[in-house]
Amino acid sequence: MQRYLLKRLLLMLPTLFGVAVLIFVLMRVVPGDVVVLRYAGEGAFVPRETIEAERIRLGLNKPIYAQFLDWMAGIVRLDFGLSMWTGQPVATEIGLRFQLSLELAILSTIIATLLAIPLGTLAAVKRNTPLDYVVRTFSIAGLAVPTFWLGILIILALLVYFRYLPPVTFTPLWKDPVANLSQLIWPALAVGYRYSAMAARMTRSAMLEVLREDYVRTAWAKGLAGVHVLRRHALKNALLPVTAVIGLEFAFLLGGLVVTEQVFNLNGLGKLTVEAILHRDYTLTQVLILIMSFAYVLVNFALDVFFAWVDPRIRYV
Amino acid sequence: MFKVTVRAVMVLGLAAVLVAGVVTLPTFSAPAPVPRRGGELPFVVAAEPPSFDGHRENTYAMIHVTAPHYSTLLKFDPFNYPKVVGDLAESWDISRDGLTYSFKLRAGVKWHDGSPLTSKDVKATYDKIIFPPAGVVSLRKAAYAAVDRVETPDERTVVFRLKHSSGSLVANLASPWNFVYKADILARDPRWFEKNIMGSGPFKFVEYVRGSHWIGKRNEDYYIRGQPYLDSFRAIFIREPAAQVAAVRGGRALIEFRSFSPEARDTLVKELGDRIRVQEKPWVCVLTLSFNNERRPFSDVKFRKALNIAFDRWTASRVLSRITFIKGVGGLTRPGSEWAQPDDRLKRMGGFGTDMDVARRDARRLLREAGVPEGFKFVLKNRDTRMPYEPLGVYLIDQWRRVGLNVEHQAQETGPYFNDFRVGNYDAGIDFNCDFMDDPDLQLIKFVSSDKSPINYGRYRDSTLDELYERQSRTVNFAQRRDIVWQFEKRVIDEMAYQLPTLWWHRIIPHHSRVKGWEITPSHYVNQDLSTVWLE
Repeated sequence: MQRYLLKRLLLMLPTLFGVAVLIFVLMRVVPGDVVVLRYAGEGAFVPRETIEAERIRLGLNKPIYAQFLDWMAGIVRLDFGLSMWTGQPVATEIGLRFQLSLELAILSTIIATLLAIPLGTLAAVKRNTPLDYVVRTFSIAGLAVPTFWLGILIILALLVYFRYLPPVTFTPLWKDPVANLSQLIWPALAVGYRYSAMAARMTRSAMLEVLREDYVRTAWAKGLAGVHVLRRHALKNALLPVTAVIGLEFAFLLGGLVVTEQVFNLNGLGKLTVEAILHRDYTLTQVLILIMSFAYVLVNFALDVFFAWVDPRIRYV
Repeated sequence: MFKVTVRAVMVLGLAAVLVAGVVTLPTFSAPAPVPRRGGELPFVVAAEPPSFDGHRENTYAMIHVTAPHYSTLLKFDPFNYPKVVGDLAESWDISRDGLTYSFKLRAGVKWHDGSPLTSKDVKATYDKIIFPPAGVVSLRKAAYAAVDRVETPDERTVVFRLKHSSGSLVANLASPWNFVYKADILARDPRWFEKNIMGSGPFKFVEYVRGSHWIGKRNEDYYIRGQPYLDSFRAIFIREPAAQVAAVRGGRALIEFRSFSPEARDTLVKELGDRIRVQEKPWVCVLTLSFNNERRPFSDVKFRKALNIAFDRWTASRVLSRITFIKGVGGLTRPGSEWAQPDDRLKRMGGFGTDMDVARRDARRLLREAGVPEGFKFVLKNRDTRMPYEPLGVYLIDQWRRVGLNVEHQAQETGPYFNDFRVGNYDAGIDFNCDFMDDPDLQLIKFVSSDKSPINYGRYRDSTLDELYERQSRTVNFAQRRDIVWQFEKRVIDEMAYQLPTLWWHRIIPHHSRVKGWEITPSHYVNQDLSTVWLE
């Protein structure tokens, strides 16, 4: 097991290095840099010498390979550098938003799990009944409706029917749980619905497959109670692929809620990424993409370890 | 000796009654509302400040949150733009030769840390702006080219000595960007104010949570007695326009100080009724049409003139102002401002006529003379910003189609768009100019030769324009200066059509009626210190 873990951990490094190279090159392929955007973008009367001096200050005059080596040297020392737009440490910029994104991801995952597993199971057990059709319609609608659009509908409904708009600034959970939840519950519902749709469909199909297995038939034949068969024998085995879906979606939620964050004005990693890209803030964008990739790789790793632990059929090779 | 008669007594009595009536008239009109102290003003800001240093930034995102913390030497009267009044300066005096400007500072002004503000701080501030040390960016340096040195004969006097006369110096000293900084801090680190706040303005800094909000609280030691009225302000950063409107509609914010679209204004008025008040004003911002004068056929003045006269600005104003915040038809200075040409004079310039049948016939003739074939194709580069850029691009393409041109609209993200402009990789493009006040020095600099103006992307040189610019800048007499400005305007638009003004912006601020003491100005950069704002 230890060798397996070590091997999987080491495999993460070339993946992350590949991402680092890719994002570094991609950011520089697009014309226009942070200095031009900062001054020309606002129409300021900036002498060309000032623009060049700013480029030198930010190290943008150095050859590309030298810039990459500087960045890599910083990453190895866990020094992510300064944001080229704000001059603040990249770690500070990200740290501020990480809390909101993490909380939203957790809240959405809880909502999705609470909805998806009972509904998916119910649909599988009551296959081809009106209940199954209702659950399937609910799931397909969840997949078809974009999260941001649902978010807009939620905001409009609150404004029109209740003359209420959720708070537009973030309050940490430990400072004021009510203010915190009254801001985050709405986007969590919008995101959680789509997320639950995917997980419910996966739960239903996994359950249908498992319910046809010999060991489930044996459990029924032994005269075990229905709840017992479903919970201990069927659902437990069906949850493996569902866990994979939930895990990967969780990693996506950490930085992928770009439009939803704009709709609800959430100060999260998705919004920060968009702004960093628009500002050509190389240092910040590079680290953000690297962190998101790291989240995916880490979740994949955790899932592999989890599967290897719960499913004895998986070999440590 | 006076001879008192009955008639004289009656006349005097009547006069006394009339005078008394006039004197007591105000008692019959509605009393002016008395500002109420207290409350927090939440407002929306669509972007975040890249740094906090007013001398190096050029975005409203910086000024809307930092202006309440700072003082300037002079400022524009919050209720009577463009009148200049003192902020830190109590009074000022200009020498007869126009080369010495002396300012007397208010007594007892304190920094937010409690220390006294003196002329030394004003000098250090202007030295940083006009003569920035190595490594320090000052975007306003060019506006003070006339200043030779700044002196401080005593603690409350600042003297600006000029190399030559300047028609705009007083107005430029009212620039909202020129926050006065503390000399001691600047001496230690001239870049300290990029990341820190320490001013003498009406509000003290409380906190800034990046991506979320910015808070300031009342400065109890503010030098204007009784002000500011608000306890605090809270700027909320909301990028998405729909979310900005929702925030105002839902009462999470009471105002947004840049501008909303006509559509957003109408939505808010419809939903909030008399709880919303709308203030509108022509804006000192214009969308310009830039031609690459180095590329054929744009290097041919006949082709550029054809493009100019084929563009129906008056219809554009009527049509586009319904969907975007562009509206004003004008030359190189803001329509309605003291520098603008009156409409009847303007209409005599190419591109401002109202008979479009004649204009299009002339445009086709000019195209033929320039050897441009029917269906000639070129690219119009534009920013991928829905408002106000894209609708104008679509309108222009339709206008040029009517004279037989086939124009491709290429909307680009801001980075590549400006890069292409700077390196000359474009045929024609929509550009903009935005200033803090109506002043020819600011509005015309975009149109002087490209090697003299880094914001002129037209790639042309014209010594006549450069000479006219210098002359107007040094002319103190208003009427003479305006004549030179109009000559400049005629050459740029009518004679050479190097770059063209399209439509001027129109600022629309719908805000909750509770917000009092704030009056819209032609610039979203000025009147932002919030000292006079109060909540009903």
